[in-house]
Amino acid sequence: MSTAPPASGASGPAPAPGAPERQAPRGPRSAIDWGRVGLGLAAPLLAIVAALVITSLIFLSTGDDPFRAFAVMADYGVKSDSQIVIVNKAVPYFLSALAVAIGFRMNLFNIGVDGQYRIAAFFAAAVGGALALPGIVQIPVIMIVAMMVGAVWAGIAGLLKTTRGVSEVISTIMLNAIAAAVIGYFLQDGRLAVRDGNIIHTEPIPESAHFFEIPTGQAPVNGFLVVAVVVGVLYWFLLNRTRFGFDLRTVGRSESAAHAGGVGVGRMVVTSMLLSGAVAGLVGMPTLLGESYNYGTDFPAGIGFTGIAIALLGRNHPVGMALGALLWGFLERTGGRLEFEGYAQEIVGVMQGVIVLCVVVAYELVRRYGLRTQQRKVGERLAAEARNNGKTEKAEVSA
Amino acid sequence: MRRVTKIAAAGMASAALILTTAACGESSTESGGKEKGVGLAFDVGGRDDHSFNESAARGVDKAKDELGVEAKLMTAKNNETEADREQRLSSLAEAGYNPVIGVGFSYGKSIEKVAKQFPDTTFGVVDSVSEGKNVDSMVFSEHEGSYLAGVAAALKSKSGKVGFIGGVNNALIQKFEAGFVQGAKDTKKDIEVVPEYLYPNNDKGFNDPGAAKAKAKGMLDRGIDVIYTAAGQSGAGSIEAVAAKKGAWAIGVDSDQYQQPGLAKYKDAILTSVVKNVDVAVFDLIKSVKDGKPLTGVNAYTLKEDGVSLATSGGFIDDLRKEIDAAKEKIAGGEITVDEQPKR
Repeated sequence: MSTAPPASGASGPAPAPGAPERQAPRGPRSAIDWGRVGLGLAAPLLAIVAALVITSLIFLSTGDDPFRAFAVMADYGVKSDSQIVIVNKAVPYFLSALAVAIGFRMNLFNIGVDGQYRIAAFFAAAVGGALALPGIVQIPVIMIVAMMVGAVWAGIAGLLKTTRGVSEVISTIMLNAIAAAVIGYFLQDGRLAVRDGNIIHTEPIPESAHFFEIPTGQAPVNGFLVVAVVVGVLYWFLLNRTRFGFDLRTVGRSESAAHAGGVGVGRMVVTSMLLSGAVAGLVGMPTLLGESYNYGTDFPAGIGFTGIAIALLGRNHPVGMALGALLWGFLERTGGRLEFEGYAQEIVGVMQGVIVLCVVVAYELVRRYGLRTQQRKVGERLAAEARNNGKTEKAEVSA
Repeated sequence: MRRVTKIAAAGMASAALILTTAACGESSTESGGKEKGVGLAFDVGGRDDHSFNESAARGVDKAKDELGVEAKLMTAKNNETEADREQRLSSLAEAGYNPVIGVGFSYGKSIEKVAKQFPDTTFGVVDSVSEGKNVDSMVFSEHEGSYLAGVAAALKSKSGKVGFIGGVNNALIQKFEAGFVQGAKDTKKDIEVVPEYLYPNNDKGFNDPGAAKAKAKGMLDRGIDVIYTAAGQSGAGSIEAVAAKKGAWAIGVDSDQYQQPGLAKYKDAILTSVVKNVDVAVFDLIKSVKDGKPLTGVNAYTLKEDGVSLATSGGFIDDLRKEIDAAKEKIAGGEITVDEQPKR
């Protein structure tokens, strides 16, 4: 039920969805659908406009020209090499957002995606560097190791929650620190790593286990894009078209109702944490299998937290999160250009923060507006019914 | 009537749009110019970290004054990927900056890659050995300078306990630790040296003064009275904590931190600094490019040729000059070999 209406038109012209919304009360059945589309589009549009206005004000307050900045971003962002970088950046962000969203749908706040993907990537890299199998075997082995390690790391938090009542917010954030410490211990010369100048990294993965790339005219697109799309589709299918997904969402809405409905809440908590962790395990894979081929002190960190922002931005919907991930990639890519053009590099961080805030606020506003109109409609209908009943009753009485 | 205003509004809007797109078309063509000057990319912490990056910045400033070159400075963010670093370096090279310098070993790989794409530009990288015909790898003997700091710390400590705070537990910072521990132990056998790191593997260790402050406070509470901090911008936090305690000494790093205007409040607690002359290396490279004979290959800056040194400003180690000079001679003469990795 909670799947948004087809979002393919999300980038369409602004006024179109608003118009049918106003005509909504015509036919009861189709009217609801159009109203929903309108509301669904209203929130992101409101958020984007608000974010643009606020960032413009920030630019102005620092004495910079916002329109030149936006022009620089638009111009640089659409260049072909930028597009490739943006897509490559978006792939891990999208996976991270999916991992977070699995928890969100169940009202679990998995802040530990960051630690999960790093420790998963680290052990996957260690295993990958130690093995020399044909690629067709080794790549799945590496990915499975990563998913298992990620699942175990997240599962600890799930178990602590069900058996000891420890809030997953606390346990996952602590597990992040522990993951960093564990990696720090093993990532030393002579343990699971080798020294390469000032960088310490795991044994490189043999060339046969490098992931395929999608060639373009210039730099290639990371082949993991395909995996990300598949995982996105699976996520949608699992949550919206299976009994498991229904149970999961039910628990997310109301634990007591789910329990009364015969759903084992404890088991669902552990299972969804395991799933979330398994997807988190994939977050580091595009980098490991397609770029660095080892886990070193220079392995990117912090993608888990980016995922939280993108899951919020995309409202846990796979299409929304994909767009959010691309937006993030765009902002980061073009942010580097802004610095080159003499703007403060921090402005992109500010923009990202403003966008997330605007999205959260806009959705809440639109939700309340939707709720109010719905209540009014229902109220009108009930009143009308009551009037009709009253009339008929009166008629009966008088008869 | 209303229709007319609508059309007019639409016309104006599209005209504005075309103008803006035309404007950015122009700005993108400005790339490709030659002889723009120096392009330099800082590590996290940025230009004003009072330490590592600032040392590189001094080299650029000197080149501006003496050679009259222009410069464009950019800064790394936390949690960057290879793609971000490559983008920064290639945007500098593309715009015609020469040389293009990456400050910090995290640029090691990206310099190698970008240097291949721009064979006519000279690249420089600090703290990393990167391959390429047009790459100048500037490496320093941090462990040798730190050895001297260990000597000074051991002689100055009253409690017999000295501490080391590293920003990130990586191979580079371990060099500082190894030298410091060895220097202290060679000077006083029974001295206790406590090495600790802010982060196991997160570059945030180089721009988190709060963490360094807390770490230093903890050390001071345990009776440690000389603390050597190698953590870039974070070091300021440690120095601040040490300055608050009477009789305790801080040892600075990379720049002569006694002379840093931003740290002037605490300078009376700064015993000395292990100066890493990144400025000299950067200036050498800029000058060589300007002269048409660009430096390439590995250029090592050791204690012997004053690539690293111990700062004497403040005069707090004047009484130790004899011991320090003796140690320096032994290292320069090869009598003492300083370890690059800590013994654990």
